[in-house]
Amino acid sequence: MGKRQVMFTFPESLTKEPTIYDIGHRFKVVTNIRRADVTESRGWVVLELEGEEQDIEQGIAWVASKGIRVDPVMGDVVEG
Amino acid sequence: MSYARTLRCRKCGQEYPLQPLNLCESCLSPLEVSYDYKAMAKELSREKIAGGPTGMWRYRDMLPVEGEEVDIGTGFTPFVKADNLGGELGLDHLYIKNDCLNPTYSFKDRAVSVAVTKALEFGFDTVACASTGNLAASVAAHAAKANMRAYVFVPSVVEPGNLVGTAVYNPVLVKVDGNYDAVNRLCAEVVRAHNWGFININLRPYYAEGSKTIGLEVAEQLGWRAPDCVVAPAASGLLFTRIWKGLDELYMLGLIESVNTHMYIAQAAGSSPIVNAFNAGSVHIHPVVPDTIAKSIAIGNPANGYHALMIARQSGGGACAVDDSEAIAGVQLLAQTEGIFTEPAGGVVIGTVKRLAASGAIKRDELVVAFITGAGPRTQDILADVVQPVTVQPTLESVERVLGVIA
Repeated sequence: MGKRQVMFTFPESLTKEPTIYDIGHRFKVVTNIRRADVTESRGWVVLELEGEEQDIEQGIAWVASKGIRVDPVMGDVVEG
Repeated sequence: MSYARTLRCRKCGQEYPLQPLNLCESCLSPLEVSYDYKAMAKELSREKIAGGPTGMWRYRDMLPVEGEEVDIGTGFTPFVKADNLGGELGLDHLYIKNDCLNPTYSFKDRAVSVAVTKALEFGFDTVACASTGNLAASVAAHAAKANMRAYVFVPSVVEPGNLVGTAVYNPVLVKVDGNYDAVNRLCAEVVRAHNWGFININLRPYYAEGSKTIGLEVAEQLGWRAPDCVVAPAASGLLFTRIWKGLDELYMLGLIESVNTHMYIAQAAGSSPIVNAFNAGSVHIHPVVPDTIAKSIAIGNPANGYHALMIARQSGGGACAVDDSEAIAGVQLLAQTEGIFTEPAGGVVIGTVKRLAASGAIKRDELVVAFITGAGPRTQDILADVVQPVTVQPTLESVERVLGVIA
């Protein structure tokens, strides 16, 4: 089992979709929301995903494929 | 003895012991070092600082370290009044903080010096980072000085020639067969799996404190006062926030009388998530995919972006993005007026100062400090077309004719 802290940034077209519910059901990933701000036009959620590494990877890939941006919560590590 | 007491979450206030940890476990926000300022104030004075070493470690009492510092000669870099450049831009009191002149040619030495010192204190024998240039060189150099093993993770798109300034210190260069996102993800996994001091992950709160010394120096070099305006580059936003923190701490400690500084963020237009948020009036930084020649500040998902944004707003400052051509023009203008050769990030800063002065956001009589944080030679390929020599025959007549000069 592993954990991954990520931020989802939603475009306007997807703010009403139950994405976090869906990822939990489709990929055996436990979602734990820590911070969020969602409005009608856009939104972001900082959350922790817990599960098997493979499930987390597949879940993240699925979320990204829907058009939701997924970023590590610690920000970019690669610096100039 | 250090006056550092805890790691504290800026967002929710949760406190943690001083340990290798960068994120609040409750709300996943960045942690920062908090100090016992009351005790610090009793010991610190302008005279004590001025009597210290000529380098960043003169501010040791304000840093979170206990052990012997890992110092390669960083800090107390030149602070020059830029009358020629100021004349060009219409500013009577423009200063340049020239942090190109650190041992590995960028401000990163300040941050890394503290981070590697803490790595030794925590008992790590290995340090690591992910970088395409300045940070890589600094980590490798400090690891060499500290006799530590260093791993430097590099995206495969980085040209080998850009890594000479890192490889010379003999770290283990790890070229990752993947894009920047893949390297970000990999490094987060490496930290969880290995007992390494990852400079900008689990050592990040200490790394951040080292950056603060550039702000402290500027205040001291100005004769113990804060500037009216600061223009500084923002990548992750960390440096920008620490310049402010340094000034704020000096005020809290009674070492300067006030801080009425307007803080201006400079970003490259191809990587400007903080400027975008500022201009949109948003409190959320929406990540972007960087596309700019200013690689040293090309961060699309800035860890300290929110805090930097708040400082720009609350200080009555601002945020400005300039495109690559303005950045190159800025590099040339600084070189040709003040004799300082900076990397493109410095050109972004000069381009930003130019715009702010032209728009009237910065007034002619304000005391302005432009932070130049990295040297030009590592990125000189962007300026190849400036080399345009005139050709003469090896005769005096030819020289006089071609140059239009007569003895």
